[in-house]
Amino acid sequence: MSKQYETVIGLEVHVELATKTKIFCGCSTAFGAAPNTQTCPVCTGMPGSLPVLNKQVLEYAIAVGLATNCEITRYAKFDRKNYFYPDNPQNYQISQLYLPICRNGSVEIETEEGGAKKVGIHEIHMEEDAGKLIHDEWEDCSLVDYNRSGVPLIEIVSEPDMRSAGEVIAYLEKLRLLIQYLGASDCKLQEGSMRADVNLSVREAGAAQFGTRTEMKNLNSFKAISRAIAGETERQIDLIESGQKVVQETRRWDDAKGESYAMRSKEDAQDYRYFPDPDLVPVAVSDEMLERIRASQPEFRNEKRRRYKEEFGIPDYDIEIITQSKHMADLFEAATAICGQPKKVSNWLMGETLRLMKEKETDAQDLRFSPEHLAKLIALVDAKVINGQVAKEVFEIMFEEDVDPERYVEEKGLKTVNDEGALRKTIAEVIAANPQSVEDYRNGKEKAIGFLVGQTMKAMKGKADPAEVNRILLTQL
Amino acid sequence: MANIISDETIEYVGILAKLELSDKERERAKSDMGRMLDYIDKLGELDTTGVEPMSHVFPVQNVFREDVVTNGDLREQMLANAPEEKDGMFVVPRTFE
Repeated sequence: MSKQYETVIGLEVHVELATKTKIFCGCSTAFGAAPNTQTCPVCTGMPGSLPVLNKQVLEYAIAVGLATNCEITRYAKFDRKNYFYPDNPQNYQISQLYLPICRNGSVEIETEEGGAKKVGIHEIHMEEDAGKLIHDEWEDCSLVDYNRSGVPLIEIVSEPDMRSAGEVIAYLEKLRLLIQYLGASDCKLQEGSMRADVNLSVREAGAAQFGTRTEMKNLNSFKAISRAIAGETERQIDLIESGQKVVQETRRWDDAKGESYAMRSKEDAQDYRYFPDPDLVPVAVSDEMLERIRASQPEFRNEKRRRYKEEFGIPDYDIEIITQSKHMADLFEAATAICGQPKKVSNWLMGETLRLMKEKETDAQDLRFSPEHLAKLIALVDAKVINGQVAKEVFEIMFEEDVDPERYVEEKGLKTVNDEGALRKTIAEVIAANPQSVEDYRNGKEKAIGFLVGQTMKAMKGKADPAEVNRILLTQL
Repeated sequence: MANIISDETIEYVGILAKLELSDKERERAKSDMGRMLDYIDKLGELDTTGVEPMSHVFPVQNVFREDVVTNGDLREQMLANAPEEKDGMFVVPRTFE
């Protein structure tokens, strides 16, 4: 390829808010309920039903806006976006076009080269989610579940400021972290509580005008997003190089095949005929409300990083990992508050926790063990009730089921045997059974003692303090 | 009638509204729509400089609900109007993505 191209990317990110109820009615948003058991006349679009805005939705949207340096619209409204599709029972989606709640914000991301870059946020608006369509394999029909209809969303629309898949991922991670810290959503791509549509165009490096863009949907992991960006960039460059034109259209990414295909062209009737929703009254954000939300913004990652360094003196590397997830940071702080040993808590998080998370493919926000139990486990080791190896075994159970380590150790009889008489007896037996190792040790092969400690631990079924075994062995040899 | 609605326009509006019109209905819709636009043009004669667009007829704002679950399982009632149901869901013609 002789010409140099630049990829220009903007994102539309939908985030499902963590409210208990839907945006305009008192139906539950709990995940996994039987189809249509969380529906009512409002979220199934019955004529004559009246939507009323959930205050928490507005507060979360404003909180996200403040965290992303947006201007908060003091007089906001809802509009109807009209389209016909069975997942949308009203035949319109309630959204915000003319006066979205937040505008003109930005977040700062770290680029792959290690620099900082600002990504502009054009606007954030509140809207409702659609129902779910299930395709019947046996009969020629589709089935609709409206449990998700009316679940609150915010859509965060970026400026076309990103230039690579790396920047896109950094931007998404930044948004996810901010929103998780706010508690406004769990932002899980796989489960659809965070969804990203990628608007992408290419242009010759240095060109002033943007190229024609396409919009890509169905991207449900960071890996899929990276692959889709690479694939679409290549497809557009190939079109341009072969003298063809990029068509403005919506494309669906098929991650298994590694290619995208056109869904519908913007030319055929993508005319949403927006107009103000007469069922919903305007929202006027008062000074009092804005100040209250501003005052209750949580401590974000950068502030936590600084505080952890000063307050707990744990290594920078530990701080980076722990603050990558709000849940892990909360665990760390709560366990440290109980046991007063930040480094030990951090060691459990950095060591066994990360190992098991990787092994069991667990997200930091899904960690189940409680800070109380972690603190107890640390206390058990400190008091030499159990040794380090047993502690790791107990922790693995805690990781899965959040058992109380004290009770578990008791029930399973895992306590270290502190009966020195019993220990001496076992050691004497081990010495008698392994004359060769004893001989080796006496002839200066110091390593042989390791074998004898191991044999003793085995004979004690792991329930001895290895340091203690070592000490007694030395006196016996 | 100052506004003349073309066949293309009425066709397009029909597609958006998912309506199939007979020739007779189409002619009537063209004339109705023309007259509606004439009326809107009449409103356009007013000077609205400095007037905020109105989105709601009553001077009411900030009507909120608290985030508390108030609805139970209403599935049976919600499905009562469905022409067809299966496994607790609404049956619709097969959709393609």
